[in-house]
Amino acid sequence: MDKAATAQNSFWNDTGRSGLTAWIFSTDHKRIGLLYLYSTTGFFLAGVILGLILRIELMAPGRTIMDPRTYNALFTLHGVTMIFLFILPGFPGAFGNLVMPIQIGASDVAFPRLNLLSWWLYMAGALIALSSLFTGGGPPDTGWTFYVPFSTRTGTNVTLAVFGVFVIGFSAILTGMNFITTIHRLRAKGMTWGRLPLFTWSLYATAWVQILATPILAITLLLVMAERLLGTGLFDPGRGGDPLMYQHLFWIYSHPAVYIMILPAMGAISDIIPVFSRKPVFGYKMIAFSSVAIAAAGSLVWGHHMFTSGMSDRAVLVFSLLTFIVAIPSAIKVFNWVSTLYKGSISLEAPMLFALSFILLFSIGGLAGLILGAAATDVHVHDTQFVVGHFHYVMFGGTGFAFFAAMHYWLPKFFGRRYREKPAIIAWGLMFTGFNILYFSMKILGMRGMPRRYYDYLPEFADLNLAATVGSWILALGVAMMFVNLVSGLLRGEPFTGNPWGGATLEWSVATPPPTENFAEEPVVTHGPYDFTAAGRR
Amino acid sequence: MNRTQFMTTGQAVDPAFYFIFGASLILFIAIAAAMIFFVIRYRRSKFPEPTSAVAANIWLEILWTMLPTILVLAMFWYGWQGYLGLRRVPPGAMEVTATARMWSWSFAYPGGRTSPKLYVPVGRPVKITLESADVIHGFFIPAFRVKRDVVPGMKGDAWFVAEKKGSYDLFCSSYCGTGHSAMVTTVEALPAKEFEEWLADGGRGEASAAADGRKLAEAKGCLGCHSLDGSPKVGPSFKGIMGRSEVVLTGGKERSITVDREYLRRSILQPSADVVKGFQPVMPPYPALSPAELEALLELLGGLK
Repeated sequence: MDKAATAQNSFWNDTGRSGLTAWIFSTDHKRIGLLYLYSTTGFFLAGVILGLILRIELMAPGRTIMDPRTYNALFTLHGVTMIFLFILPGFPGAFGNLVMPIQIGASDVAFPRLNLLSWWLYMAGALIALSSLFTGGGPPDTGWTFYVPFSTRTGTNVTLAVFGVFVIGFSAILTGMNFITTIHRLRAKGMTWGRLPLFTWSLYATAWVQILATPILAITLLLVMAERLLGTGLFDPGRGGDPLMYQHLFWIYSHPAVYIMILPAMGAISDIIPVFSRKPVFGYKMIAFSSVAIAAAGSLVWGHHMFTSGMSDRAVLVFSLLTFIVAIPSAIKVFNWVSTLYKGSISLEAPMLFALSFILLFSIGGLAGLILGAAATDVHVHDTQFVVGHFHYVMFGGTGFAFFAAMHYWLPKFFGRRYREKPAIIAWGLMFTGFNILYFSMKILGMRGMPRRYYDYLPEFADLNLAATVGSWILALGVAMMFVNLVSGLLRGEPFTGNPWGGATLEWSVATPPPTENFAEEPVVTHGPYDFTAAGRR
Repeated sequence: MNRTQFMTTGQAVDPAFYFIFGASLILFIAIAAAMIFFVIRYRRSKFPEPTSAVAANIWLEILWTMLPTILVLAMFWYGWQGYLGLRRVPPGAMEVTATARMWSWSFAYPGGRTSPKLYVPVGRPVKITLESADVIHGFFIPAFRVKRDVVPGMKGDAWFVAEKKGSYDLFCSSYCGTGHSAMVTTVEALPAKEFEEWLADGGRGEASAAADGRKLAEAKGCLGCHSLDGSPKVGPSFKGIMGRSEVVLTGGKERSITVDREYLRRSILQPSADVVKGFQPVMPPYPALSPAELEALLELLGGLK
């Protein structure tokens, strides 16, 4: 950081320590936010490379570049990396930490040291999980779901990988506790619940899911370890155990976890669209309420991952019905976002392009989710490429694109320099095109019957697999271009000062880059988060 | 058999597909069109300032809460009705037991005949009882919209009816390890008379299979992991295996051996005793082979130069 960041009291300068220790031992929420940003995006890029390798193998039927054991290990690593190392900790860790305390007018989170411990636990868990690749029986080959009895029988190093994920879980629980306390206790004067920015609202709903659901994952993973190390037989039908019990336990966490991934993304979108439309968000209360509704109802739908598992037909009935109930608050959000655009003053800059494409991609993924929620149609597409396409639409097209929108929207504020607009838009165009070629092909392949986690496939699936692989190259080119543009712009680009987009939330009222204490004097909030007229007058 | 007595599984499921697809497509086009129209119509170059400050409308919120609610409840209902069609086995269905193991299928028919492909008579419903010998597998026939996990310790079931003579893909849909994507076979739908003949041929078929090592190797699933043409798969190729020098791991220690009948016999009955270097100890033991079958397999392996 040079000139732009050397503003007197910028958080880039302040520290008693120097070098790396000024970062990895800092309790400043902004520094911790950047630590999360660097580590999660680093893992994201590693996951992208793994995905590209998998797509090259699938370019043609039969063996292309690797044997099936390598393929199985790589898709497991791709899933574990993307889910546990990028998408779950990414939004709350990076942007929750960077933005949320400033948005509510606080000088830091409630427990700054606990916050640093969360990052350390996350890194420790990641290193443990990754060390499973090089030790014991080699890279796990179970898929990120660790289904028993396969995961208790395979000779690969599942135990260590599962332990790594177990440790990462504690990081999520601590972050959730920290954020809930912060939002309850540290709001500035005048920051009522009705004036809370929607990004902060979404982090609040997410934090409850992190606290309540993650312990169940931790217990489940411990049971897998007990099964492997002690031979307890809990999931072994030959000894009174039940493999379906594992699936229930796993999805009781892992379905709510989907909402840990998507809710903060929806929150970021709800903050960005009003700014680039210069209009208050439409239906603030409904969007805030629907975040909480999704978090609550989403905790009761895990069984829709198990319609073909052999659980009772009555359970299928109940879980299918509850699943459709969760679709309603998501639809409400989409309608309100689109209505925000009506009679606005719309500027299609990079953050807005990513935000609007979030709406389109999330809608495609969400509507495909209806096919998976209905019992009859789920039976046909379950465990096929259709599911792979579906969750990439909601997780990558949804959370991923929202993460990119957030990077273009908030990072210049923290770096004091900005990226170039034109390459950002070209990169977006490449990503949007490549994304749809890649994942829409997968949806059609699934409809036609190609199962997922297939190293090899019948000749009838060759054409669309080739198309998907070509799509992955276009997508990766866009991702590379976006990151190069962001990194070079944020480090050496033009200075970014003040509030060029006219945001009305508190983070736009502080100096750029923000000072260590965020606010020179304690702010008093007098207007709502999207009241652009009132914000302009100040 | 009176054909009007039951719906096929496809007829049960497909209406739900068409309804959900149709409604979703209309909804998506409406959302995308409204979004693109607003972005173009209210672009900043034309409207430097917003022309409305309306930020809420209770009637709109009620409307777009109620409409999706009705729509998704209808989708749920269609989906549930179709699912019932998949679960209610029509009376008079033929019973077949499917056994899944890493990484092959075996189907057992009334009268005791078994086969690696699923043979069914055209026009008659077939109820499949699903059993697993090891981990969770998935019984999936896309053409009939049928899928059911095959869970160890549980007896699952599925039914379908083939209405036309033909060959239909049957996949393992639930990830089961190295050979998952090779766990593929077919449903062979034969006209009723041909099927009866095939079934009646059962005893002789088994006897000839035992004599014919190649058929036996296919029936027992050996060829899912071992090729006959020298190409590497999950396990070492069978081509030229007799007399080959290999380095094997025995109890963690490397040693060099020359493949002979005794070695092959042990490798079939106790595959984990000696594992060829570079391969994983994943092969399940086959203790249930009859002496004649074992002999036929060794005969086959000896003859593949």
